[in-house]
Amino acid sequence: MNVFWKVFTSLIQREIRLAIRHGADSMMVVMFFVLVVVLFPLGVGPEPGILTRISAGVIWVAALLSAMLSMDRLFQTDFEDGSLDLLILTPQPLELLVLAKTIAHWLTTGLPLIIISPLLALLLNMETSGYGVLLAALALGTPTLSLIGTIGAALILGARRSGFLLSLLILPLFIPTLIFGVSAVDAALIDLPSKPQLLVLGGLLLASFALCPWASAAALRQAAE
Amino acid sequence: MAEFTGNNLTCIRGERVVFAKLTFAIGEGEVLYLRGPNGSGKSTLLRLMAGLLRPVGGQILWNGESTLENAKTYRDLLHYIGHQDAIKTVLTVEENLTFWAEMSGVDPAKRSVGEALENFSLSHLASLPARFLSSGQRKRLNLARICASPAPLWLLDEPANSLDKASVGVLRSAITAHQEKGGLVAVATHEELSPESNVLNISEFTNNMKAPKENVA
Repeated sequence: MNVFWKVFTSLIQREIRLAIRHGADSMMVVMFFVLVVVLFPLGVGPEPGILTRISAGVIWVAALLSAMLSMDRLFQTDFEDGSLDLLILTPQPLELLVLAKTIAHWLTTGLPLIIISPLLALLLNMETSGYGVLLAALALGTPTLSLIGTIGAALILGARRSGFLLSLLILPLFIPTLIFGVSAVDAALIDLPSKPQLLVLGGLLLASFALCPWASAAALRQAAE
Repeated sequence: MAEFTGNNLTCIRGERVVFAKLTFAIGEGEVLYLRGPNGSGKSTLLRLMAGLLRPVGGQILWNGESTLENAKTYRDLLHYIGHQDAIKTVLTVEENLTFWAEMSGVDPAKRSVGEALENFSLSHLASLPARFLSSGQRKRLNLARICASPAPLWLLDEPANSLDKASVGVLRSAITAHQEKGGLVAVATHEELSPESNVLNISEFTNNMKAPKENVA
């Protein structure tokens, strides 16, 4: 168990170190998130009423797209430089390594999105009563997006035009997270309890936590053949 | 007493039979050379030995036990050097090597990252980001990985490519030292890396164009 833990943490450390030294990658995801949200007032007009009404949906859709944008490099570089072969050949279960990479991915892309989201909620004139729930919903939802995304990222290895393929594969799987994430915030904005939606988001997180590493690991083994 | 054998291995890639009924055996302290022209399946056989590919027929055995059924314990025993060097260019030379030594799960006391860097004369580059390495230095860093954490079976795919004479000498002595400790090596190379050698000529098992020989049928 101790060895598992050691390997797990050293993989997370390496991934975070790589993300920091490639700092632009994480920054780009955050910038993309901000830009997409900023485009909406320009498109639908600046009336505060409309922006308030659509704020939760816009932030969630933008978060979904940004999460996806960062996803296609998740295994691609390891696949190209041969690291993936060696990861598969380590004595530790590949599922565990996938989980470590997912956690590192969330820490370097999902977490910055959560941190910046209150600012964007402010830009979209969201009622302050929604902020807490928005943060909670994103905190439960973005790890789910990262977990589901690993399956797509593993399946597209070796494919041409992989970025487009990735969106076709995983965007439909993001829909449940999107629905409950938005409705949690909307409920809070009209003073209804948002606990049921948050519980569903938690359930989705646990289910993908249990299933996604296995599916991704199977796809990775296939890619290495 | 370690023994690594393959029985009647058949491998099909993209609807083409790469080799059929291939049999090999490596005993303790032995080196097996894989020879054959380009494209004859040397790399494929090494990937098969590593467990990255599955044979269509036949089995690979470690001490008489199937490596696929005991994949977890088997992967503890091997080092694989492929064509790609698995180096992250933004990490330093030492960070790259230390990472793979940690991933092997070997007890830190048994690792020898510093010594491996020393052997492959990379010590003075230890804190340099790997993107500044030449292709020969990258190869050396990749090879240092097999010395940084111990494992009885080495599978080396063209390890001497882009190495200079001195580095080939280092590789040769690393292999000799490994043999003396009872290690096993399977290597695809055009260089002579140790004096006495078992040679497996893969083209004997490929049936493209040539008529099959008796031992294949």
